[in-house]
Amino acid sequence: MTDLHKNIQALRKKKAVVQMGGGEAAIEKQIAMGKLTARERILSLLDPHSFHEYDMFVKHDGRDFGMEKKELPGDGVVTGTGTIFGAPVCIYAQDFTVAGGSLGLQHARKITKIMDHALKMKCPIIGINDSGGARIQEGVGALAGYGEIFYRNTIASGVIPQISLILGPCAGGAVYSPALTDFVFVVENISKMFITGPNVIKTVLGEDISMEDLGGARVHAEITGNAHFYAQSEVECFEQVKRLVSFIPWNNLEKAKPVEPKEPCAELNIEEVVPADPKQPYDVRDVIRCIVDDSDFLEVQELWAANIVVGFGRMAGETVGFVANQPMVLAGVLDCDSSDKAARFIRFCDSFNIPIITLEDMPGYLPGVDQEHAGVIRHGAKVLYAYSEATVPKITVILRKAYGGGYIAMNSRHLGADFMFAWPGAEIAVMGPEGAANIIFRKEIMEAEDQDAMRQEKVKEYIEKFANPYVAASRGFIDSVIEPKETRMLILHALKLSVLKEEYRPAKKHGLPPF
Amino acid sequence: MEKKEELVDFVVTARKYKTLLTTKYKNRPVWRKPVEGEVISTLPGTILRVEVKEGDRVEEGQLLLIHEAIKMQNRIVAPVAGTIQVMNVTEGDKIGKNHLMVKIKN
Repeated sequence: MTDLHKNIQALRKKKAVVQMGGGEAAIEKQIAMGKLTARERILSLLDPHSFHEYDMFVKHDGRDFGMEKKELPGDGVVTGTGTIFGAPVCIYAQDFTVAGGSLGLQHARKITKIMDHALKMKCPIIGINDSGGARIQEGVGALAGYGEIFYRNTIASGVIPQISLILGPCAGGAVYSPALTDFVFVVENISKMFITGPNVIKTVLGEDISMEDLGGARVHAEITGNAHFYAQSEVECFEQVKRLVSFIPWNNLEKAKPVEPKEPCAELNIEEVVPADPKQPYDVRDVIRCIVDDSDFLEVQELWAANIVVGFGRMAGETVGFVANQPMVLAGVLDCDSSDKAARFIRFCDSFNIPIITLEDMPGYLPGVDQEHAGVIRHGAKVLYAYSEATVPKITVILRKAYGGGYIAMNSRHLGADFMFAWPGAEIAVMGPEGAANIIFRKEIMEAEDQDAMRQEKVKEYIEKFANPYVAASRGFIDSVIEPKETRMLILHALKLSVLKEEYRPAKKHGLPPF
Repeated sequence: MEKKEELVDFVVTARKYKTLLTTKYKNRPVWRKPVEGEVISTLPGTILRVEVKEGDRVEEGQLLLIHEAIKMQNRIVAPVAGTIQVMNVTEGDKIGKNHLMVKIKN
């Protein structure tokens, strides 16, 4: 055997050791928990044969408590590059089989190195989190590691898409890296995220709660809004990630790669989806499906704040973002959570050159002490800020109701909408007709013999005079009142016209959105 | 998404809409008007020491008890001057959040 061959043999041996991570017993334990190993996860996510691993031979930094004698293959994290549907991505996956995926300084440095690489190469970064947290034996070195990751998450924000998968525990400081990224994926029974765990809560506060009830996948997908995508299995989760990557650009200088244009295939008739009575609900996603290519809509944060719908679709093969009030849930009102959800999505679209299409049908803001005290003013303001700030093409279609502050907030002309369409049944008014009639005609109603009859009459009068699209159209606030069937065609027309759209803002270091 | 049968009437500015409610909305905190003289715990914890008893006259700002919560020994003082009408805790009690500890009548 030549020297070269010997060297190659030695390399293969060294690699094989690292690739076994924490060893057979630990891998079996990982599988028993219903989880894949770090490398299996990466290989399932990336295009076949596209993964190249970096820093396999990095050694950990532990010098105390007997750590200096321990071998931690790869220091508990697998990093590298590859492709998803041909798109280049940088990726890392924490390896729970090695010291519980705990984060020491070198573990973190492997992550920051691949993050720096992603930022330089201008490609998405994907992080797979599965870690017991800071490696206590390394002390402040572990904290330094987290800080260096958070810093890069922030610097990369709005430059390259950042995606986090929570495929195991992710607790304490560790949760803040995913929270700083653009999209967080969770899996039922596998993902656990919290700042302080059940044990601490029990000791300090006496509150008894399970890990799942405190910070399981469903909690983050439905209650906290920390998660954007919820899956039943890791395999489903990987499919969701790939689908998302297919919709978004590689970085903020590019547009998402177009695909073959397709007509909507929904058997739904757009004229029949929306009931004429503004008090009757419907699923606004059916309207989206009548409009987008192939009726294919990728919803983001489906379970959280379901009174607003956000997500991606394609029009003539190009990615667009949808923001739509959902009359099916809480009548489609804006509240703290739905404002947060919409604002963040709008800012993602604006950062990554994705035109925003707003479908409006909302009665106003959610009334309630809990909302006011939770800061609905401050949260609601985020929507105004996000729409006003956005310079991507902005198109609004008012389907039915556009009342009061909600009319202004939902990408109105006044916040810089490029195209304003309204369906003929749209009610654009300062408030719902009942409320308005009660105020404007208070005297007439009070003095009438039959107050209810008078109120009904005045409500009708108000609807005829004001609750229609023509008052707004007469002032040029709406560009055109359109037939529902023209919606797709006119959105395509608007998008075509705005291909070269340029809009400038005064130079500033950064704005101060109300968060 | 929930089933259609759960559609409820939902009022927003004088108009009733048919819609579904979310779990989070159904579980939202209900606001309660604060009552003057009621001393309520803002955190769960342990009563370390009680300094007054029912019937005592207290001045505004006078120490009522020490409530240990999140490793801090918090001094709970009288929000108003008056007479202790109800003393709802004793030393060593473990209490939850929103627990009525003391009621002062002025």
